[in-house]
Amino acid sequence: MTGETVEELEIQLLLDALYRQYHYDFRHYARASIKRRLLQAQRHFGLDSISALQSAVLHDETMLPNLLNYLTVQVSEMFRDPSYYKSLREKVVPHLHTYPSLKVWVAGCSHGEELYSLAILFREEGLLDKTIFYATDINPAALKAAQAGIYPLDRIRQFTENHRLSGGHSSLSDYYSADYGRAVFDKSLRARTVFSDHSLVTDAAFAEMHLISCRNVLIYFDKELQERVIGLFAESLARRGFLGIGSKESLRFSSHADRFTEHAREDRIYRRKGR
Amino acid sequence: MTCELVAIGASAGGVQALSHVLPMLAADYPRAIAIVVHVPPRRKNALVKLFSEKCRMRVKEAEDKEPLRPGTIYFAPPDYHLLVETDHTLALSTEEPVNHSRPAIDVLFETAADAFGPDVTGVIMTGANHDGASGLQAIAGRGGTALIQDPATAEMAAMPEAAAQACEGAQILTLDEIAAYLADMVEP
Ligand SMILES: C[S@@+](CC[C@H](N)C(=O)[O-])C[C@H]1O[C@@H](n2cnc3c(N)ncnc32)[C@H](O)[C@@H]1O
Repeated sequence: MTGETVEELEIQLLLDALYRQYHYDFRHYARASIKRRLLQAQRHFGLDSISALQSAVLHDETMLPNLLNYLTVQVSEMFRDPSYYKSLREKVVPHLHTYPSLKVWVAGCSHGEELYSLAILFREEGLLDKTIFYATDINPAALKAAQAGIYPLDRIRQFTENHRLSGGHSSLSDYYSADYGRAVFDKSLRARTVFSDHSLVTDAAFAEMHLISCRNVLIYFDKELQERVIGLFAESLARRGFLGIGSKESLRFSSHADRFTEHAREDRIYRRKGR
Repeated sequence: MTCELVAIGASAGGVQALSHVLPMLAADYPRAIAIVVHVPPRRKNALVKLFSEKCRMRVKEAEDKEPLRPGTIYFAPPDYHLLVETDHTLALSTEEPVNHSRPAIDVLFETAADAFGPDVTGVIMTGANHDGASGLQAIAGRGGTALIQDPATAEMAAMPEAAAQACEGAQILTLDEIAAYLADMVEP
């Protein structure tokens, strides 16, 4: 291992400062990616060093939202990895039908792509009216976008193709109206959704879920933080509740792995054990 | 204990170029090799199967948080960036494409330079874009070794040319020479 460089030290100090001043805790995020994004932010703000970035954000709170957009990765897609949604339809939905009411948590919901995908799937499968969705994120701008449910029309072709591959048995165009180059999703899809600011790092469990979908969020955390978050999911799930994570994420190396069974291995869907 | 790293970037024509070099390395090759090949995003990773059959080294798709091991070749999965952490584990990310690519060679090379300093060798092979040029420069800048496939022998010259321009200290070699260099530099 090469010794800590000045830049790495500056990054550590900036992350400490963000936590102490604003209670945003990125200290245990995967470091190589955080470093790339902080250097992008530094360039964007035209600053000479990470220390200068730290000073700027400590003295000017209005920089924070912008910096958060660098520190969090907002890349998403509706029905991303269609086979994940197909698996939910085929292997999870039949179990969900047996409950009188459902709670579903979309953790790290970004601009809402995953939430609307699930809401559409739940409507198609006749589950939407008995479900409460919780959509959470730490990035206020992302939450606001999720609440609006509006996407550029040029993304719709990809979304439609994904939806079809996921086994969708309606047309995606049933769920949005086109308006000046934007697709505005039907607000009835989110009528029973609670949007809230919740951090997987610093906040606690808040309800008992039947399904948690948290895709491509764990990948940004280091091992230690992943442990905490997987533990939080285990606590938040009802017995025999389901957990879906990203296609390159896994519970395999977690100490909590034995609290789950693999329900759809390839699609990274796990089930909380009964006891 | 960790080993040294070889990081390779290849684009158009890359499968053939890699087929020339990787099978020459021994099963107990004492370094880890991490590779980004530009492939279409929604394709299953055919590279692992292809090169498992050709190579003596172990070949696998890179997994998030996986420690780098000697004698092993890691391919970036389609649609994910591949990064190296300072504790010599691999990381994946769905960040925006870089140079229109995900995975991007620059992302692998820049993080490898940070993590390995002089203990990494970067290799740029054939390709029709400019990805990897600034990453190779970063590797050389941190004291690592920079190798470039001779553009005159590459199926697509643009990528090695861009790398050669960005990274003056790099050695320009044929594929045979690259293979020999990689194999030799680990002999006692
Ligand atoms: C790459 S996006 C994933 C979007 C979507 N789940 C998907 O897979 O397409 C990661 C999201 O996680 C959010 N995030 C990052 N850290 C978080 C934390 N500590 N708690 C909750 N959400 C977080 C980011 O703001 C971002 O919206």
